[in-house]
Amino acid sequence: MSTLLIKNGRVMDPASKLDTITDIAITDGKIVAIDKGIESFGNTEVFDATGRIVAPGFIDMHVHLREPGFEHSETIETGGRAAAAGGFTSVCCMPNTNPVNDSAVVTTYIIERARRASPVHVFPIGAITKGSAGEELASIGAMKQAGIVAISDDGRPVMNARVMRRAMESARAFGLPVINHCEDLNLSAGGDMHEGFESIKLGLRGIPACSEDVMVARDILLAEVTCARYHVAHISARHSVEMVKFAKMRGLPVTSEVCPHHFTLCDSDIAPYDSNFKMKPPLRSCFDVAAVTEGLVNGAIDVIATDHAPHPGSEKMQEFERCPFGITGLETAIGLSLEQLVHTGRISLMRMIEMYTIEPNRVLNLGKGRIEVGGAADITIFDTGREWAFDLNKSQSKSRNSPFDGRVFKGGQVATIVTGRIVWRLES
Amino acid sequence: MSNGLLGIEKLDRAEIEAYLNRAKFFQTHGEGQFKKLDTLRGKTLVNLFFENSTRTRTSFEIAAKRLGADTISISSSGSSVSKGESLVDTLNTLAAMRPHAIVMRHAASGAPHFLARHLSMPIINAGDGMHEHPTQALLDALTILDHRPMLEGLRVAIIGDIIHSRVARSNIYLLSKFGAEVVLCGPAPMLPPELAKLAPGVTITHDIREAIGGAHVIMMLRVQLERQHETPFPTGDYFRFHGLRLEHLSLAQPDAIVMHPGPINRGREISSEVADSRHSVILNQVENGVAIRMAVLEKVMGA
Repeated sequence: MSTLLIKNGRVMDPASKLDTITDIAITDGKIVAIDKGIESFGNTEVFDATGRIVAPGFIDMHVHLREPGFEHSETIETGGRAAAAGGFTSVCCMPNTNPVNDSAVVTTYIIERARRASPVHVFPIGAITKGSAGEELASIGAMKQAGIVAISDDGRPVMNARVMRRAMESARAFGLPVINHCEDLNLSAGGDMHEGFESIKLGLRGIPACSEDVMVARDILLAEVTCARYHVAHISARHSVEMVKFAKMRGLPVTSEVCPHHFTLCDSDIAPYDSNFKMKPPLRSCFDVAAVTEGLVNGAIDVIATDHAPHPGSEKMQEFERCPFGITGLETAIGLSLEQLVHTGRISLMRMIEMYTIEPNRVLNLGKGRIEVGGAADITIFDTGREWAFDLNKSQSKSRNSPFDGRVFKGGQVATIVTGRIVWRLES
Repeated sequence: MSNGLLGIEKLDRAEIEAYLNRAKFFQTHGEGQFKKLDTLRGKTLVNLFFENSTRTRTSFEIAAKRLGADTISISSSGSSVSKGESLVDTLNTLAAMRPHAIVMRHAASGAPHFLARHLSMPIINAGDGMHEHPTQALLDALTILDHRPMLEGLRVAIIGDIIHSRVARSNIYLLSKFGAEVVLCGPAPMLPPELAKLAPGVTITHDIREAIGGAHVIMMLRVQLERQHETPFPTGDYFRFHGLRLEHLSLAQPDAIVMHPGPINRGREISSEVADSRHSVILNQVENGVAIRMAVLEKVMGA
């Protein structure tokens, strides 16, 4: 009988509105007691959480683990380790692997690999269409039975509105949300960064904000027709935020997520031609960053997710226009959220925790995201005051593509506990 | 970080004037019977052209040879690039042979800037994608100064496919730094409004007559079909609305000059009559290219 006792932490659980300094006792992967002054006994491992925040295990509902098919970028094991090092106890992996996760076989493979290799829970997201080619629907029902928690053709959005409509109808019948990477591929074709003054100056082709907006608009209309649960991935453009807010006002089951880099950086922060600043959607204008931040505050945006997208140096060390899109994000998410949202007073610490726990759980129904007696002991421990610098070379990810190398943060992850086991802790 | 020449944007007036003054010296030096100098004797220049070029490559080669340097020219076809080698690996390989500078043209914007961060050797940008072409702007300034005492107060119309043009961007930066008024003109899809914010004194119009009105200098640009993913303007309509014809010249200053970075497409952006008229200084630009590149190579590779 393994026992872990978390002592003297400030336990913050949005689901039960708990916010108090107390202890948590864990036995055999389950929380068995939440109370002040629990005594340790026998061979109990004690974790001193004095001065730290003890929260439900954080969920990152948008990551790329690259396995199967792109193991030179990341594996389920290394991505899982990076998640643990970032304070996440659960991640949802996008289906753009090779083969694409468009069948129960691939879903099962990912779940089995994760069970053996990943220190954190891995929930696969299935493809909307076969091969994410945008034409024929994937085996959504069979994948659901195998364990997917949502469908998405992330990175290769379904351009055909009729196909999207059918996907939403199916998803609704199977009780799955549809997540879309909103980008009209005709409007964004050939683009490498946000279209605006900066792209004009650098002579790079633009990805206009309207390429995101028109697809968000289309999908919201389709969601209303189909009554599907619809989630906008990595929202970045101001009109998209407005439209999600509008959909919510109309009572539609529409939700959205934002990535830390999209509320932290704008297009003028890009180090010229440095592909560590290249991702989709691109870093937008300062007006978009302000709108996204406002959306975080006013509830248009529900979830913070990283879109962790590892690429090896060989692919990112090229001419900007040849480099693939995407940056890693698991290990800097808490630091950036505190820096941009909590320390600035834009949202409360409790709200930040919600956006990493009960909010993604509400979208995906994972049965995660709360601290309760009898529940699984997935816990994220972090602090809000410690100064630390992100050292990219020490990242647990297999890849090194982040624009935040060397950035100094105030507050960050301290320990990650998955099913009662400490899978990562800060080196003291 | 190397001390090459990556663009005009970051240069100050004094640096630009130094290039121009030195080039004026090279312009007159030799007078036809060009005497070879030995300023760069024993130094090696690599011309690395990942994109087709006749005039720029030849111009750099001649400039280097006139200064006594040894030159090697490599084009992407027939090099290891076509065997799948990455740009960084190609450049590292070349750097290991210790040339004194690399002149590089590349279809990707920022390719030389990206390399300059990883290599210690000086890199001279001979045109990067849609971004900058600094020696072209310098030779254009030199050509204008052959006809005008100074750039300040001049009205310069740049007409054509501006968004895809590195020549336009470098010229906008240079002319603005010296107080010229720059009017950009072209079909709307090739002329986004953000271009006017690149530098002070830049305005935009879609009407070629308005652009040319009162202009001292008319710079025509080629439609860069190779950089377009689409046909943003009907090909047949281009000359009709944005091509430079003889009748336009009456709107400009009487002694206006017509420039073009080449290669010109007669009957597309410029009529033959204009290209061959007394206003045309297109061949002077080519000639001045050698003098400018001598000045740049001397500064970058000398001492």
